[in-house]
Amino acid sequence: MSPAAGRLDEGAGPLVRPYTMTGGRTRPAAGAGLDMISIVVAARERVDWGELQPEHARILRRCRTPVSVAELSAQLDIPITVVKVLVGDLVAAGDVAARAPAPAADHPEAHVLQAVLDGIRRL
Amino acid sequence: MASEGSDGTGGADGAGTGATGAHELPVAVKILVAGGFGAGKTTLVGSVSEIAPLSTEEVMTEASMGVDDTGGVEAKTTTTVALDFGRITVSERVVLYLFGTPGQGRFWFMWDELASGALGAVVVADTRRLESCFPAVDFFERRGVPFAVAVNQFDGAHRYTAQEVREAVDVDPHVPVVLGDARERESGKEVLLSLVEHVIRRRSPALSG
Repeated sequence: MSPAAGRLDEGAGPLVRPYTMTGGRTRPAAGAGLDMISIVVAARERVDWGELQPEHARILRRCRTPVSVAELSAQLDIPITVVKVLVGDLVAAGDVAARAPAPAADHPEAHVLQAVLDGIRRL
Repeated sequence: MASEGSDGTGGADGAGTGATGAHELPVAVKILVAGGFGAGKTTLVGSVSEIAPLSTEEVMTEASMGVDDTGGVEAKTTTTVALDFGRITVSERVVLYLFGTPGQGRFWFMWDELASGALGAVVVADTRRLESCFPAVDFFERRGVPFAVAVNQFDGAHRYTAQEVREAVDVDPHVPVVLGDARERESGKEVLLSLVEHVIRRRSPALSG
Protein backbone atom coordinates (compact mmCIF):
# COMPACT_ATOMS: atom_id res chain seq x y z
CA MET A 1 0.00 0.00 0.00
CA SER A 2 2.95 2.27 -0.48
CA PRO A 3 3.48 2.43 -4.21
CA ALA A 4 5.70 5.47 -3.83
CA ALA A 5 8.04 3.78 -1.39
CA GLY A 6 10.78 3.30 -3.95
CA ARG A 7 10.49 6.90 -5.04
CA LEU A 8 10.67 8.70 -1.75
CA ASP A 9 14.10 10.01 -2.53
CA GLU A 10 13.19 11.29 -5.95
CA GLY A 11 13.86 14.81 -4.79
CA ALA A 12 17.48 13.85 -4.36
CA GLY A 13 17.80 13.78 -8.11
CA PRO A 14 18.23 10.98 -10.60
CA LEU A 15 21.98 10.64 -10.42
CA VAL A 16 22.92 8.99 -7.18
CA ARG A 17 20.82 5.88 -7.05
CA PRO A 18 21.50 4.42 -10.46
CA TYR A 19 25.17 4.05 -9.69
CA THR A 20 24.36 1.96 -6.65
CA MET A 21 23.61 -0.76 -9.22
CA THR A 22 27.20 -0.57 -10.35
CA GLY A 23 28.84 -0.33 -6.97
CA GLY A 24 29.60 3.30 -7.69
CA ARG A 25 31.41 2.63 -10.95
CA THR A 26 30.61 5.14 -13.66
CA ARG A 27 32.65 3.62 -16.48
CA PRO A 28 32.50 0.18 -18.06
CA ALA A 29 35.28 -2.33 -17.58
CA ALA A 30 38.35 -1.53 -19.62
CA GLY A 31 38.15 -2.58 -23.21
CA ALA A 32 34.40 -2.91 -23.40
CA GLY A 33 34.27 0.13 -25.69
CA LEU A 34 30.51 0.34 -25.48
CA ASP A 35 28.55 2.97 -27.32
CA MET A 36 24.89 3.86 -26.82
CA ILE A 37 24.18 2.06 -30.09
CA SER A 38 26.45 -0.91 -29.55
CA ILE A 39 24.41 -4.02 -30.33
CA VAL A 40 24.57 -6.77 -27.72
CA VAL A 41 23.29 -10.33 -27.62
CA ALA A 42 23.53 -13.25 -25.21
CA ALA A 43 26.65 -15.23 -26.04
CA ARG A 44 25.94 -18.49 -24.24
CA GLU A 45 23.39 -20.43 -22.28
CA ARG A 46 23.61 -19.42 -18.68
CA VAL A 47 22.67 -22.04 -16.11
CA ASP A 48 23.61 -20.33 -12.87
CA TRP A 49 21.26 -17.36 -13.09
CA GLY A 50 21.20 -17.18 -9.31
CA GLU A 51 24.76 -15.94 -9.28
CA LEU A 52 23.89 -12.85 -11.28
CA GLN A 53 22.98 -9.59 -9.64
CA PRO A 54 19.35 -8.72 -10.38
CA GLU A 55 20.18 -5.87 -12.77
CA HIS A 56 22.60 -8.05 -14.71
CA ALA A 57 19.94 -10.73 -14.96
CA ARG A 58 17.34 -8.23 -16.17
CA ILE A 59 19.68 -7.10 -18.92
CA LEU A 60 20.71 -10.61 -19.91
CA ARG A 61 17.08 -11.71 -20.26
CA ARG A 62 16.56 -8.98 -22.80
CA CYS A 63 19.58 -9.96 -24.85
CA ARG A 64 18.22 -13.18 -26.37
CA THR A 65 17.81 -11.28 -29.59
CA PRO A 66 20.19 -8.48 -30.58
CA VAL A 67 19.39 -5.20 -28.87
CA SER A 68 21.14 -1.86 -28.50
CA VAL A 69 22.44 -0.34 -25.27
CA ALA A 70 19.99 2.55 -25.76
CA GLU A 71 17.04 0.18 -26.07
CA LEU A 72 18.07 -1.70 -22.94
CA SER A 73 18.28 1.64 -21.16
CA ALA A 74 14.80 2.68 -22.26
CA GLN A 75 13.20 -0.70 -21.58
CA LEU A 76 14.70 -1.02 -18.09
CA ASP A 77 14.51 2.69 -17.23
CA ILE A 78 18.20 2.77 -16.35
CA PRO A 79 20.43 5.61 -17.66
CA ILE A 80 22.61 4.72 -20.64
CA THR A 81 25.82 5.27 -18.71
CA VAL A 82 24.75 2.79 -16.06
CA VAL A 83 23.66 0.22 -18.66
CA LYS A 84 27.11 0.51 -20.23
CA VAL A 85 28.76 -0.42 -16.94
CA LEU A 86 26.43 -3.37 -16.39
CA VAL A 87 26.73 -4.63 -19.98
CA GLY A 88 30.49 -4.22 -19.68
CA ASP A 89 30.39 -6.62 -16.74
CA LEU A 90 28.43 -9.13 -18.82
CA VAL A 91 30.88 -8.79 -21.71
CA ALA A 92 33.79 -9.36 -19.34
CA ALA A 93 32.06 -12.45 -17.94
CA GLY A 94 31.45 -13.84 -21.42
CA ASP A 95 27.68 -13.65 -21.08
CA VAL A 96 27.07 -11.26 -23.94
CA ALA A 97 28.80 -10.31 -27.17
CA ALA A 98 28.79 -6.71 -28.32
CA ARG A 99 29.28 -5.13 -31.70
CA ALA A 100 30.46 -1.55 -31.99
CA PRO A 101 28.62 0.85 -34.30
CA ALA A 102 29.61 1.40 -37.91
CA PRO A 103 32.40 3.92 -38.46
CA ALA A 104 31.43 7.57 -38.33
CA ALA A 105 30.50 10.01 -41.03
CA ASP A 106 34.19 10.58 -41.74
CA HIS A 107 34.42 7.28 -43.55
CA PRO A 108 31.15 5.38 -43.63
CA GLU A 109 31.27 2.16 -45.55
CA ALA A 110 29.58 2.28 -48.93
CA HIS A 111 27.52 -0.84 -48.37
CA VAL A 112 26.21 0.48 -45.06
CA LEU A 113 25.17 3.77 -46.64
CA GLN A 114 23.50 1.93 -49.51
CA ALA A 115 21.62 -0.30 -47.05
CA VAL A 116 20.41 2.77 -45.17
CA LEU A 117 19.30 4.42 -48.40
CA ASP A 118 17.44 1.32 -49.58
CA GLY A 119 15.89 0.77 -46.17
CA ILE A 120 14.54 4.31 -45.96
CA ARG A 121 13.14 4.05 -49.49
CA ARG A 122 11.20 0.95 -48.43
CA LEU A 123 9.51 2.67 -45.50
CA MET B 1 9.24 4.13 -14.82
CA ALA B 2 10.47 0.61 -14.59
CA SER B 3 7.78 -1.97 -14.11
CA GLU B 4 9.51 -4.56 -12.07
CA GLY B 5 6.80 -7.13 -12.63
CA SER B 6 7.11 -7.15 -16.39
CA ASP B 7 10.29 -9.12 -16.63
CA GLY B 8 9.96 -11.00 -13.36
CA THR B 9 11.68 -14.32 -13.40
CA GLY B 10 9.84 -15.83 -16.32
CA GLY B 11 12.77 -15.37 -18.63
CA ALA B 12 15.24 -17.26 -16.54
CA ASP B 13 14.43 -20.62 -18.03
CA GLY B 14 16.43 -19.50 -20.98
CA ALA B 15 15.07 -19.99 -24.44
CA GLY B 16 18.61 -19.11 -25.22
CA THR B 17 20.22 -17.90 -28.37
CA GLY B 18 23.13 -20.27 -28.12
CA ALA B 19 26.54 -18.99 -28.98
CA THR B 20 26.37 -15.85 -31.03
CA GLY B 21 29.50 -14.03 -31.99
CA ALA B 22 29.71 -10.28 -32.34
CA HIS B 23 30.52 -10.67 -36.02
CA GLU B 24 27.06 -12.10 -36.64
CA LEU B 25 25.32 -9.13 -35.11
CA PRO B 26 23.81 -6.34 -37.15
CA VAL B 27 25.79 -3.13 -37.17
CA ALA B 28 24.12 0.04 -35.93
CA VAL B 29 24.27 3.54 -37.34
CA LYS B 30 22.68 6.68 -36.00
CA ILE B 31 21.28 9.89 -37.33
CA LEU B 32 20.59 12.77 -34.98
CA VAL B 33 17.41 14.80 -35.18
CA ALA B 34 18.04 18.23 -33.70
CA GLY B 35 16.32 21.58 -33.55
CA GLY B 36 14.70 24.03 -31.21
CA PHE B 37 12.35 23.12 -28.38
CA GLY B 38 8.98 22.05 -29.76
CA ALA B 39 10.15 22.13 -33.38
CA GLY B 40 8.89 18.62 -34.05
CA LYS B 41 11.97 16.44 -33.51
CA THR B 42 10.24 13.58 -31.74
CA THR B 43 7.30 13.86 -34.11
CA LEU B 44 9.63 13.38 -37.05
CA VAL B 45 11.37 10.45 -35.36
CA GLY B 46 8.00 8.85 -34.65
CA SER B 47 6.77 9.32 -38.21
CA VAL B 48 9.48 7.10 -39.67
CA SER B 49 10.35 4.81 -36.74
CA GLU B 50 9.20 1.19 -36.76
CA ILE B 51 8.70 1.39 -33.00
CA ALA B 52 7.00 4.04 -30.91
CA PRO B 53 9.82 6.40 -29.90
CA LEU B 54 11.59 5.25 -26.75
CA SER B 55 12.83 7.59 -24.09
CA THR B 56 16.06 7.26 -22.17
CA GLU B 57 18.55 9.34 -20.26
CA GLU B 58 22.21 9.96 -20.75
CA VAL B 59 24.35 11.32 -17.94
CA MET B 60 26.66 13.98 -19.26
CA THR B 61 29.48 15.81 -17.61
CA GLU B 62 30.42 19.36 -18.47
CA ALA B 63 33.09 21.66 -17.23
CA SER B 64 31.31 24.50 -15.51
CA MET B 65 31.76 27.85 -17.13
CA GLY B 66 30.36 31.30 -16.70
CA VAL B 67 30.17 34.13 -14.28
CA ASP B 68 28.67 32.20 -11.42
CA ASP B 69 31.74 30.04 -11.13
CA THR B 70 32.78 30.35 -7.51
CA GLY B 71 36.39 31.07 -6.78
CA GLY B 72 37.59 30.21 -10.25
CA VAL B 73 37.62 26.54 -9.39
CA GLU B 74 37.31 24.26 -12.37
CA ALA B 75 34.14 22.52 -11.32
CA LYS B 76 32.31 19.79 -13.12
CA THR B 77 28.59 19.45 -13.35
CA THR B 78 26.74 16.28 -14.11
CA THR B 79 23.43 16.53 -15.85
CA THR B 80 20.95 14.02 -17.13
CA VAL B 81 19.74 14.69 -20.62
CA ALA B 82 16.60 13.02 -21.92
CA LEU B 83 16.85 11.42 -25.33
CA ASP B 84 14.01 10.12 -27.48
CA PHE B 85 14.88 7.69 -30.19
CA GLY B 86 13.38 5.48 -32.85
CA ARG B 87 14.62 2.58 -34.92
CA ILE B 88 14.53 1.54 -38.56
CA THR B 89 15.77 -1.96 -39.39
CA VAL B 90 17.09 -1.14 -42.83
CA SER B 91 18.38 -4.63 -43.54
CA GLU B 92 19.33 -7.84 -41.80
CA ARG B 93 22.77 -6.42 -41.34
CA VAL B 94 22.15 -2.76 -40.56
CA VAL B 95 19.96 -1.02 -37.99
CA LEU B 96 19.44 2.74 -38.10
CA TYR B 97 18.72 4.64 -34.88
CA LEU B 98 17.28 8.13 -34.93
CA PHE B 99 18.05 10.19 -31.84
CA GLY B 100 16.00 13.25 -31.12
CA THR B 101 18.26 15.55 -29.19
CA PRO B 102 17.28 17.86 -26.36
CA GLY B 103 16.16 21.25 -27.58
CA GLN B 104 17.72 23.51 -25.03
CA GLY B 105 20.72 25.31 -26.41
CA ARG B 106 22.57 25.03 -23.14
CA PHE B 107 23.05 21.32 -23.73
CA TRP B 108 24.79 21.72 -27.06
CA PHE B 109 28.34 21.74 -25.82
CA MET B 110 27.75 18.44 -24.04
CA TRP B 111 26.94 16.68 -27.22
CA ASP B 112 30.23 15.40 -28.41
CA GLU B 113 29.40 11.85 -27.49
CA LEU B 114 26.02 12.03 -29.13
CA ALA B 115 27.46 13.44 -32.35
CA SER B 116 30.40 11.07 -32.29
CA GLY B 117 29.90 8.37 -34.85
CA ALA B 118 26.70 9.84 -36.26
CA LEU B 119 26.13 9.29 -39.96
CA GLY B 120 24.61 12.75 -40.11
CA ALA B 121 21.91 14.93 -38.69
CA VAL B 122 18.53 16.38 -39.53
CA VAL B 123 17.96 19.88 -38.21
CA VAL B 124 14.24 20.51 -37.80
CA ALA B 125 13.44 24.16 -38.48
CA ASP B 126 10.25 25.53 -36.95
CA THR B 127 8.62 28.00 -39.35
CA ARG B 128 7.21 29.95 -36.39
CA ARG B 129 10.71 30.71 -35.10
CA LEU B 130 13.41 29.81 -37.57
CA GLU B 131 16.16 31.15 -35.34
CA SER B 132 15.60 28.33 -32.84
CA CYS B 133 17.50 25.95 -35.13
CA PHE B 134 20.58 28.17 -35.42
CA PRO B 135 22.49 26.57 -32.51
CA ALA B 136 22.01 23.13 -34.05
CA VAL B 137 23.22 24.32 -37.45
CA ASP B 138 26.25 25.97 -35.85
CA PHE B 139 27.06 22.84 -33.91
CA PHE B 140 26.99 20.47 -36.88
CA GLU B 141 28.92 22.91 -39.07
CA ARG B 142 31.65 23.22 -36.45
CA ARG B 143 31.79 19.48 -35.91
CA GLY B 144 31.81 18.74 -39.63
CA VAL B 145 28.76 16.50 -39.26
CA PRO B 146 26.78 16.40 -42.51
CA PHE B 147 23.23 17.61 -42.04
CA ALA B 148 20.00 18.41 -43.84
CA VAL B 149 17.40 20.97 -42.82
CA ALA B 150 13.81 19.74 -42.47
CA VAL B 151 11.46 22.69 -42.53
CA ASN B 152 8.46 21.70 -40.43
CA GLN B 153 5.59 23.73 -41.81
CA PHE B 154 3.24 24.27 -38.93
CA ASP B 155 -0.41 24.84 -39.72
CA GLY B 156 -1.17 28.54 -39.85
CA ALA B 157 2.47 29.60 -39.79
CA HIS B 158 4.07 31.59 -42.58
CA ARG B 159 4.98 29.40 -45.56
CA TYR B 160 8.55 29.91 -46.62
CA THR B 161 10.17 28.67 -49.78
CA ALA B 162 13.17 26.39 -49.40
CA GLN B 163 15.33 29.18 -50.77
CA GLU B 164 14.04 31.65 -48.16
CA VAL B 165 14.86 29.18 -45.40
CA ARG B 166 18.27 28.49 -46.90
CA GLU B 167 19.05 32.21 -46.86
CA ALA B 168 17.61 32.79 -43.40
CA VAL B 169 19.51 29.90 -41.86
CA ASP B 170 22.55 30.68 -44.01
CA VAL B 171 23.64 27.15 -44.90
CA ASP B 172 26.01 26.12 -47.64
CA PRO B 173 24.43 25.59 -51.07
CA HIS B 174 25.02 21.84 -50.95
CA VAL B 175 23.10 21.36 -47.68
CA PRO B 176 19.67 19.85 -48.47
CA VAL B 177 16.70 21.94 -47.34
CA VAL B 178 13.43 20.02 -47.45
CA LEU B 179 9.98 21.48 -46.81
CA GLY B 180 7.48 19.18 -45.17
CA ASP B 181 5.33 18.17 -42.25
CA ALA B 182 7.06 16.28 -39.44
CA ARG B 183 3.87 14.28 -38.83
CA GLU B 184 3.98 12.76 -42.31
CA ARG B 185 6.10 9.69 -42.92
CA GLU B 186 6.72 10.75 -46.53
CA SER B 187 8.22 14.02 -45.30
CA GLY B 188 10.48 12.19 -42.90
CA LYS B 189 11.54 9.76 -45.62
CA GLU B 190 12.29 12.59 -48.03
CA VAL B 191 14.56 14.45 -45.63
CA LEU B 192 16.36 11.27 -44.52
CA LEU B 193 16.94 10.27 -48.15
CA SER B 194 18.23 13.77 -48.93
CA LEU B 195 20.59 13.54 -45.97
CA VAL B 196 21.99 10.10 -46.83
CA GLU B 197 22.43 11.08 -50.49
CA HIS B 198 24.25 14.18 -49.25
CA VAL B 199 26.50 11.99 -47.09
CA ILE B 200 27.24 9.75 -50.08
CA ARG B 201 28.05 12.77 -52.28
CA ARG B 202 30.38 14.14 -49.61
CA ARG B 203 32.06 10.79 -49.37
CA SER B 204 32.77 10.54 -53.07
CA PRO B 205 32.68 14.10 -54.46
CA ALA B 206 34.32 12.99 -57.69
CA LEU B 207 31.34 10.84 -58.54
CA SER B 208 28.63 13.35 -57.80
CA GLY B 209 29.05 15.22 -61.10
